[in-house]
Amino acid sequence: MDWPVLSIMLFTPLVGSVIVLALPKEKPALLKWVALAISFIPLILAALVWFSYDRGTGGMQFVERAAWISAINVHYYLGVDGISVPMVCLTALLTTLSLFYSFIIDQRPKEYFAFFLLLETAMLGVFMSLDFFLFYVFWELSLVPMYFLIGIWGGPRREYAAIKFFLYTLVGSVAMLLAVIAMYLETGSWDILEMARLQPFSTNLTLAAVAFWAVFLGFAIKVPVFPFHTWLPDAHVEAPTAGSVILAGILLKLGAYGMIRILLPIFPAMFRQFAPVVGILAAISIVYGALVAMSQWDLKKLIAYSSVNHMGYVMLGVTAAAAAAGSGPAAADSQAIALNGAVLQMWNHGIITGALFFLVGVIYERAHTRDLKAFGGLGAKVPTFAGILTVTTFASLGLPGLAGFVSEFLVFRGAFALIRPFAIVSSLGIVISAAYLLWKVIQHVLLGPLNERWARLTDMNRREVITLAPLIFFMVIFGLYPAPILDLINQAVVTIVGSL
Amino acid sequence: MSGMDYVTLLLPEILLAAGGLAILILGLVWRGRSVYRPFCLLAILVSLGALGATVGMGSVAVALPQGILAVDPFTSFFRVLGLACAALVLLLALGHERLGAEFPGLLLFAVLGILLTAGGANLVMVYVGIELLSITSYVLAGLLREEPRSNEAAIKYFLYGAVAAAVMVYGFSFLLGLTGSLELTGIAEGLRAVSGTPAALRWVAVPAIVLMMVGFGFKVAAVPFHQWSPDVYEGAPTPVTAFLSVGPKAAGFAVMARVFLVALPALQVEWAALLAALAAVTMTVGNLAALWQTGMKRLLAYSSIAQAGYMLIGVASLQVGGGGSLAGDALVALLVYLAAYLLTNLGAFAVVISLEEATGTDAIESYTGLVHRAPWLAAALVFYFLSLVGIPPLACFLGKLFIFSAAIDARLYWLAAVGVVNSAISLAYYFRVVRLMFFEPEAGKEGAVRLPRNLSLAVAVTWVGTAGLVIVGTPVIAWASQSAVLLVR
Repeated sequence: MDWPVLSIMLFTPLVGSVIVLALPKEKPALLKWVALAISFIPLILAALVWFSYDRGTGGMQFVERAAWISAINVHYYLGVDGISVPMVCLTALLTTLSLFYSFIIDQRPKEYFAFFLLLETAMLGVFMSLDFFLFYVFWELSLVPMYFLIGIWGGPRREYAAIKFFLYTLVGSVAMLLAVIAMYLETGSWDILEMARLQPFSTNLTLAAVAFWAVFLGFAIKVPVFPFHTWLPDAHVEAPTAGSVILAGILLKLGAYGMIRILLPIFPAMFRQFAPVVGILAAISIVYGALVAMSQWDLKKLIAYSSVNHMGYVMLGVTAAAAAAGSGPAAADSQAIALNGAVLQMWNHGIITGALFFLVGVIYERAHTRDLKAFGGLGAKVPTFAGILTVTTFASLGLPGLAGFVSEFLVFRGAFALIRPFAIVSSLGIVISAAYLLWKVIQHVLLGPLNERWARLTDMNRREVITLAPLIFFMVIFGLYPAPILDLINQAVVTIVGSL
Repeated sequence: MSGMDYVTLLLPEILLAAGGLAILILGLVWRGRSVYRPFCLLAILVSLGALGATVGMGSVAVALPQGILAVDPFTSFFRVLGLACAALVLLLALGHERLGAEFPGLLLFAVLGILLTAGGANLVMVYVGIELLSITSYVLAGLLREEPRSNEAAIKYFLYGAVAAAVMVYGFSFLLGLTGSLELTGIAEGLRAVSGTPAALRWVAVPAIVLMMVGFGFKVAAVPFHQWSPDVYEGAPTPVTAFLSVGPKAAGFAVMARVFLVALPALQVEWAALLAALAAVTMTVGNLAALWQTGMKRLLAYSSIAQAGYMLIGVASLQVGGGGSLAGDALVALLVYLAAYLLTNLGAFAVVISLEEATGTDAIESYTGLVHRAPWLAAALVFYFLSLVGIPPLACFLGKLFIFSAAIDARLYWLAAVGVVNSAISLAYYFRVVRLMFFEPEAGKEGAVRLPRNLSLAVAVTWVGTAGLVIVGTPVIAWASQSAVLLVR
């Protein structure tokens, strides 16, 4: 494509956020529609990129590269491959849906929609950047609007949650920044792909180990990997519904994406050496996340902890690929399968958990409680909600035929071959997550006798159904026929595995 | 070299001195008339004229006889910085009639002090520059004669400053005794000559460094020579506080870089270790103390102590190069950081001054719900704070990137780590203010904040600078690298 499709996609929301700020405060409906309309531009372009990405040639496509700060060799360098295309599409999709869902926001709508669009630019930028400087700019930029979204429109403990989110992530990012500076001084380049080729610190193993852990910390806090997850329940629970959707759906993926795009290709030897440690952390995230989720009585908190559990599968897949780094073609198949599973799990978790947080929002809007003990018997009362919640929950616990199954299966298929002990322990997580999703979510919310408090509960309205419909569509379609997305991912994954 | 050449070379200094004198004399002649604003505007013109003269001079490197002054790219950089600082501070002060007609004149002299300090290639000149800057600063801090806190600030500043200067001069005397020279290059030669006797270096030169650092540390408000700064920042008239947070720091870092690199390259290991320790302590104490402040000016005082700590990392990472010029990436880093810090911090003070004019207080509480009263002002302050934390793509991020690179390059990994942890800590206190401004529901008790034209211009200029420095990038870095050239002889 000879026009800068990525740049247009990237900066439309930024321009949109300025436009929204310039609109009169007295016309909330107008600025909501304008914001939504603007968010359709990146969405349409993302779809265009998805369909016009040449799967035959693979590699980085739609590349844009220009010198930016030439004094320190910084480039404005964008490009997408089979891993970033799904993430870009997920970002554009969830943002548009979130904006649409957020039409209920009455408090300070102008700032809300402006921050949301700014956030979209930051997230897209992370997935598109191939220059570390640029990557870091967008990485940090994503913190600011989310801080305000949690802090202004969040729940009762929003101020605490907002600053905790910002501080935790910032600590990780500055650690990463130091490592990246050291890598730049070593290689003379900010180019992420070039760094992977040059393999910095291959002669100084101490420095390599320190740099590896510094970068790991930056991404692990974001994913989040146990024990760096403690910001997550606060942020996810206190954020407004659409904020939780974006947090769980996309911001967590920034960390996982960094692990796959940056940490694994640049430090394959270190990652291999430390794979047992990372594997233990992944396994703990999976099992501990699931157990803590099971002990929650707050529906939103339960889903927040389920993210720790589900993102653990991503880490397990990445660790499996890393554990066999450098062991040649023998393990390549299993590595590719595990990594395919990890990337697909990122997409699926975005779709499924995004939907779950929307559904929590739907019920909270009506009941003004998220206490699981207070619900019961809603299945007959609000059938549409019940149906959508059931499908989403089943997708989340990995029922065959729905999307979650495919990615979890691939991760475990790869991990069993390469890091069997961790895979065996982690498989406990699947059992536990099935338990809490069925017991707590399905049984306590939908089944049993109807609590009389909810006799007047209304079912989902049109806006809510429209918001959730595309997500349900993807859960079903990629559950039954994942080939379109897996073909795309596999291209890039095979390239990365081949370079390890 | 003819006399005319000196006039051309020293045109910025001459303009400042003439402008300052003219304002002080005319102030006496026109006593009682309201000449404050015209004088401020005149002083702005003088600063901009001197700035034009500096830029017009291009890249020169000339040493005046006896090393009185070195007019080199490094000096030019600090001329530009000092004059830009003067113009911005005068712009901020346009509405502060209470400061009196001598304010613009004194400020020009203070800036002259910065320029002489930065160019001083002889310890006597360094001392004269520092004292000119200091003495005018004491008066500036006490300009609100009827306000006890302003008087207290002036006295405190003076007492601390006098002791610090005396200790510094005592340090100079060690070097004079050891090397027989007060010229920076002469000292370097003298040290080479005595390099055979390590005892001389250990027992005379190293104590000299420690003593001199008392004076330099006082100027940049490095811990433990910082105790004056919160009280002075709080008591001084706010435009003066804005100046004190930037001008004297620039001068202090200029003199450190020049003295250490030109006069004391032989003792690089010693001063680098001392400065690294100072940097770590300064950042940490500044940031931790800032967490508990309730007044905006005190908060910014501790914040600027912490910022000085980051810049000290740059000085600690300076590497003595060979050849006719001394230039290291760390020096470039220091210059980039100073430029970014100047824009950002003066911007923050522009907001603080606007608020103070509207509400009459600098209490952090008075910022509650600011976004409802003055949305653009609140947004601007968030920008400056994000820049001070070091969030990209804002100005101080570039400074921090350079400073941390310099530290890593100098193998001061631990210091870089202390630096980034401190950056994260600083978020907590800056964003305490942001939380009040944005998260509190509409207060409704005060009306909208009116922004005078001079302050909106100041906010606009600094905002564009803060947001644009990284985006433009290359010219700024190129300017800093060209300026990182110190005249050695």
